Amino acid sequence: MRAEQQYIDLFSQCEAMICKHSAEVLNTPRAQAFADFEKLGFPTRKQEKYKYTDVSKLFEPDYGLNLNRLDIPVNPYEVFKCDVPNMSTALYFMVNDAFYRKALPKTQLPDGVLLGSLKELSEQYPELVGRYYAKLADTSKDGVTAFNTTFAQDGFMLYVPKGVVMDKPVQLVNILRADVNFMVNRRILVVLEEGAQARLLVCDHAMDHVNFLSTQVIEVFAKENSVFDLYELEETHTGTVRFSNLYVNQEAGSNVLLNGMTLHNGTTRNTTEVTLAGRGAEINLCGMVIADKNEQVDNHTFIDHKASDCVSNELFKYVLDDQAVGAFAGKVLVREGAQHTNSQQTNRNLCATREAHMYTQPQLEIYADDVKCSHGATVGQLDENALFYMQQRGISLKEARLLLMFAFVNEVVDSIRLDALKDRLHLLVEKRFRGELNKCQGCAICK
Amino acid sequence: MLQIKDLHASINGKEILKGINLSIKKGEVHAIMGPNGSGKSTLSSVLVGNPAFEVTKGSVTFEGKDLLALSPEDRSHEGLFLSFQYPVEIPGVSMVNFMRAAVNEQRKYKGLTALTASEFLKLMREKRAVVELDNKLANRSVNEGFSGGEKKRNEIFQMAMLEPKLSILDETDSGLDIDALRIVAEGVNKLKTPETSCIVITHYQRLLDYIKPDIVHVLYKGRIVKTAGPELALELEERGYDWIKAELGE
Repeated sequence: MRAEQQYIDLFSQCEAMICKHSAEVLNTPRAQAFADFEKLGFPTRKQEKYKYTDVSKLFEPDYGLNLNRLDIPVNPYEVFKCDVPNMSTALYFMVNDAFYRKALPKTQLPDGVLLGSLKELSEQYPELVGRYYAKLADTSKDGVTAFNTTFAQDGFMLYVPKGVVMDKPVQLVNILRADVNFMVNRRILVVLEEGAQARLLVCDHAMDHVNFLSTQVIEVFAKENSVFDLYELEETHTGTVRFSNLYVNQEAGSNVLLNGMTLHNGTTRNTTEVTLAGRGAEINLCGMVIADKNEQVDNHTFIDHKASDCVSNELFKYVLDDQAVGAFAGKVLVREGAQHTNSQQTNRNLCATREAHMYTQPQLEIYADDVKCSHGATVGQLDENALFYMQQRGISLKEARLLLMFAFVNEVVDSIRLDALKDRLHLLVEKRFRGELNKCQGCAICK
Repeated sequence: MLQIKDLHASINGKEILKGINLSIKKGEVHAIMGPNGSGKSTLSSVLVGNPAFEVTKGSVTFEGKDLLALSPEDRSHEGLFLSFQYPVEIPGVSMVNFMRAAVNEQRKYKGLTALTASEFLKLMREKRAVVELDNKLANRSVNEGFSGGEKKRNEIFQMAMLEPKLSILDETDSGLDIDALRIVAEGVNKLKTPETSCIVITHYQRLLDYIKPDIVHVLYKGRIVKTAGPELALELEERGYDWIKAELGE
């Protein structure tokens, strides 16, 4: 328990300070979360779920935390010009875990939509936020979630009332900013009431060349017939460790698209758990990883078909170069009574070198008898015949490899339901493969 | 244009070409025939630089340059084109992106600027007409889901786009029905100029009714064992290869 001990001590000493700078709603589950963390500790590689990521080791180094909520001097609107062009998004920032509210975009939000700092909205609407906060992210089941719930003080919240359609996508840019090695524990809470529709794009950036460790817990409540898209884009650097646990609960007729894209990172572990709780719900869960050098990306997904007539489509694609390591473990559970389930899981991976490693573990558990389920996983190299064919037509080997890698991940980019973002991603992916994308495209941070 | 001298090549240590000598002049059409396994496709693969084959001896000069010293892409840029016996499917890479990359890399090699999007599309339209290639195919991924005939037509379309000096047609007639054969052959003939040459590798006389060869060679056991005029192809069609084997004392 060496890695855990420093955090147990820290919480014991600083509990009052942590609570003081947070809100009652966030403080309520804290004691239980801490008890769970003490009991569970960090997950170890002996646990099937964390086989490919050594969590304790990643938490071992000494990171600074901003428990006292000191203002970190940065104006993201000045340093960060990285909008997705031609896509009029309502653009918001989080600096570490704090919602940046000094200057907000002049966006007219539809009536009743709540958007902003989780802490502030918890103070203003304690009853509403209290109904949802920490209700999906079970601290007794996952040490990282317990850890995050113990230390999280703020984050972002989006609430869309019944029947409200948000035309404009919301873009949230997380900026990691610090002068010393630094830890951030951030929460995101999304609630879509019946028939509500929204799209959220979350971009992760690391601004400084120090080591960062971020934990993030996202909870999404998609009520009946709601439609929600969540795009997550990580463009950090090799000194960044990211743990993101995403919990989604879908009621009848809801339609959710989750697309997680890792363009640049250090070590990343994304856990996604989707519960299809109501009849006829649909989840499209996609992921794309482009990794090289010593980057590591571990995606763990769990789709729980609890109700009948639900659809789940899962597609993950990895391109690993140099000594990069990728892992994908995806479980689909079709419970008794979840008849007429239509579930499809695909994981395809390219290893461009002999040193790149991919671990893939598709799992399907079915307890209903009238279902349509399939899954498939492949790990391979670039097609030599295709490469030579292109060379014969005068395309250089380097360019031919790029075209093939680009074609390989395009399928994931094409699943994006926002045209401007799709075009942007095509460009970003191309630049990433060409090595022209050092961290992120077009933002002043990466000068 | 092309001089092959004493060319030996092997794959996985097994020698397939055992001393090929062949000379092709500007404007000539040469047919290479021969029984299965004689080395016809190996010869075409070696000429375009397929890395699966190893050249163990001999030389190839193309337009005065040492062809074997060039990378596959530079051989293409110098004007060498292979119509593949089995064109490769490349899912996810559109014909448009594929051809644009090919055309612009060739232009770059020649010191020309890249074509603009509209210039390029105009060129595509023009050349598509040569082999009556459907616009729908041009918008799909390279060869993906194409029928056998469409794939071969697509090869000739690419040939039209790249305007090679020397084209090698490797069993372009295999898997084609009569109509497709005619379209493909007419496409090749339309592209023929006094400045360009062609090597036609085939089993059958049929294709040579459309693409008239000046010289016919018989390749057997890795060597060219007979060279004559177009009448040789007709004779082979009628008599098979046994009489040649007999002449060789087998």
